[in-house]
Amino acid sequence: MSPVELVARNDLYTDGGTAQSPLEIREMTVSYGDQPVVYSVDMTVRPGAMTAIIGPNGAGKSTLLKAALGIVPALSGRVAVFGRPLENARHKIAYVPQRASVDWDFPTRVSDVVMMGLFGQLGLMGRVRGLHQERVYTSLARVGMQAFADRQIGQLSGGQQQRVFLARALAQGADLYLLDEPFAGVDAATERAIINVLHALRDEGKTVVAVHHDLSTVRSYFDDVFLINRRKMGAGPIDQAFTVPALQATYGGRLAEGQVAQLALDAG
Amino acid sequence: MLADALLLQLGYNATLVAFGATALGLAAGATGAFLFLRKRSLVSDAVSHATLPGLALAFLIMVAFGGDGRSLLGLMAGSAVSAATGLWCVSALTRHTRVPEDAAIGAVLSVFFGFGVVLLTVIQSVPSGRQAGLEGFLLGSTAGMLFTDAVIIALGGIVVLLAVAVLRRPLTIVAFDPGFGQTQGLRVARLDMALMLLVMAVTVVGLKIVGLILIVAMLIIPAVTARFWTNRASVVVILAGLFGGLAGYVGAATSASAPDLPTGPIIVLTSFVFFALSMAFAPERGVLAALMRHRRFERLVHLRQGLLAMAQGQHVYESRTRRLLRRQGFMRPDGVPTATGKNEAARTLRDEARWQVVRASVNLSDLAMRDDGLTPTEDVLTADQIAEIDRRLGPPEAV
Repeated sequence: MSPVELVARNDLYTDGGTAQSPLEIREMTVSYGDQPVVYSVDMTVRPGAMTAIIGPNGAGKSTLLKAALGIVPALSGRVAVFGRPLENARHKIAYVPQRASVDWDFPTRVSDVVMMGLFGQLGLMGRVRGLHQERVYTSLARVGMQAFADRQIGQLSGGQQQRVFLARALAQGADLYLLDEPFAGVDAATERAIINVLHALRDEGKTVVAVHHDLSTVRSYFDDVFLINRRKMGAGPIDQAFTVPALQATYGGRLAEGQVAQLALDAG
Repeated sequence: MLADALLLQLGYNATLVAFGATALGLAAGATGAFLFLRKRSLVSDAVSHATLPGLALAFLIMVAFGGDGRSLLGLMAGSAVSAATGLWCVSALTRHTRVPEDAAIGAVLSVFFGFGVVLLTVIQSVPSGRQAGLEGFLLGSTAGMLFTDAVIIALGGIVVLLAVAVLRRPLTIVAFDPGFGQTQGLRVARLDMALMLLVMAVTVVGLKIVGLILIVAMLIIPAVTARFWTNRASVVVILAGLFGGLAGYVGAATSASAPDLPTGPIIVLTSFVFFALSMAFAPERGVLAALMRHRRFERLVHLRQGLLAMAQGQHVYESRTRRLLRRQGFMRPDGVPTATGKNEAARTLRDEARWQVVRASVNLSDLAMRDDGLTPTEDVLTADQIAEIDRRLGPPEAV
C-alpha cells in the first residue's frame, strides 16, 4: 500500500466504464463567511454501494453534499459524477434535501411535488402525458404514498413528507441518490419504508449516499461509511472503517461512554 | 352610469383605459403570484419606488435634447434603468453586508423616492416642466391617455404574460425548493433576476395607469386573493391573473363612470373587494369556512366525550355537552340517557375499544396515525378489518 496516493489532475474526468465512481470529490473546501466548515476533503464513492456520511453536529456533512451538488458555492475543489463534470451529469443525480428546508404550507399537492422530479424530462414547455402521470404514481406507490397523491403537502406528517421527497427522487430515475438526513424526525414505520426503498435501489445497482445521524443503525443499513469532522476522518467498508478508534477520532469527547461500548460490542 | 361604464359605453378614452388596465392587471397578477410564492413581495415595493428618479431624469434628458419630454416610451426606459439600479442596491446590500433584506428594501425605497421627489421639485421650476404632469405617475393619471399609450401598455402586458407562461415551471420549483432546483440545473440567482425583471416590466408598464406608489397592490393583492381558493401553485398563478385582470377592468370602468375618480386607487380598491370577499367566503381556507369547521369540531368533541361518559355511567356536568346531547335526543332534560342515547353510547365505546386494538397493532400502525379521538373506525378500516377486531374483542358491552 503506498502511503500517498498520487493522482494526476486531469485524471478526474475519465468518462469511463461502469467501474467509474458515481461521485468523486477532490480537495473540497467550503466556508460560511470566514469559517471553513469543510476542509480539503477527498471522497470517492463506491459504485452500487450504500454509503453513510457520519460525523458530529456542525461537522460539514450536509454542506459537503450541498457543495458537491453546487447548491452552496465551494471555495475550492472539484467534483466528478460518473467521471464527468457535474453540469454534464445532473440527470444522473437525485437529491433529497432535509425536510425542514422547505415551507410545507406552499400551495402544492403531493403529486405536484413528485412531478417536479420530471422537470429534467419535461423542460419548459413539454406537455404532461399519461406516461408522466404513471411515473408519478408508481414512484408514490414505491414509498407507500399513492393514497395521498391529491393531498396538500401541509396535511402530511413528517414521515410522510420525507417519503414524498423520496418519491420525487425516484421519479427522476437517477443512478446516484444523495439524501440529507432522510431519517431525521420520522416515525419507525417511515424509517423502515425508506430503508427498504434504498436497499431496493442498491440491489438494482444504483448508488446511495446518505447523511446519517444514528450510529446504532449504520452497521445494519449501510455498506460503506465516510467519517467527517471538517476534515475527512476515514472512509471505507463498514468492517474496516467503522471502528471505535476511528469514531473516537471523529467525534472526540462527544461520543458517550455507552455508545462506545455498544459499538465495540457490535463490531464483535 | 356604472352599467354603461362596464359595457364600455363611456367613450373612447374610457375604453382605452379599460383595455390597458385589464392587460396590466392580468400581467401584474400572474407575475405577483410568483413573487408571493417566492416570499419576496416587498421587493416589488423597492422596485416601484426606485422608478421615480429615473422618470424625472429621463424627462430632463429628453427636454435637454429639445423634445417636450413626455414620450411614454422614453419615460418608461428611464424608470426601468433606475428601478434596476435600486434592485441592484438591495441585492448588493443583502449579499455583501450584514444588512437584512427587509432593512435594505426600506432604505433603498425611501432614498430613491426622496431623490425622485427632489428632482420633481426641480422640474416644477422649469417652464416646460409644469405642464409635463410628471406627478401624475405617482398615483397614475389616465385622463390624457393616447391610443399609442394603451397599445404600449397592452403589448407590455402580453409580453410579460408570455414570459411568465414560459418560466412557470422553473419559477415554481425555485419558489418551493431552491436547493432541489439547483440540482435540476436551474440557475436560482438567474431565475430570481428574471422574476425581478418581470416585476420591473409590470411596474414600468403600470406607471401611467396606477402609478408607482400603488403598483405593489396590483402585484400582491390578486395573489393573496387567489391563495384563498386553491392549494395548487399553478392555479394560484392563473387565478391571480384573472383577479388582477378583472380588478383592472372593473376598476377602470368604475372610475370612468364619475368625474374625478382616480383610476389607480379605484382599481386597487376593487382588488381589495375581491380579496375581502375571498377571505370571508372562500370554501376551506376562508374565515367563515374555518369558523364553521371549528364549531363542527367542537361539537364532535363534546358529543363524543359526553357519550363516553354516559357509556361509563358517569354524570355529564359540562353544560354545553348536555345541551348537545339533549338536542341529539341522547339525553332527557333531567340528565337521564334515552334509549337512543344508550345505543349511541355503546357504539362509541365500541369504537374506542377498536381504536385501542388498532393502536396496539403492528401491521395497522400506519392507520393508527388517523386516530384523532373523533374519526370513527368505519371511516378508516375496511369491513373485514373491523370484523376481525370485533372477533378479538368479543361481544359488545351493553350500556
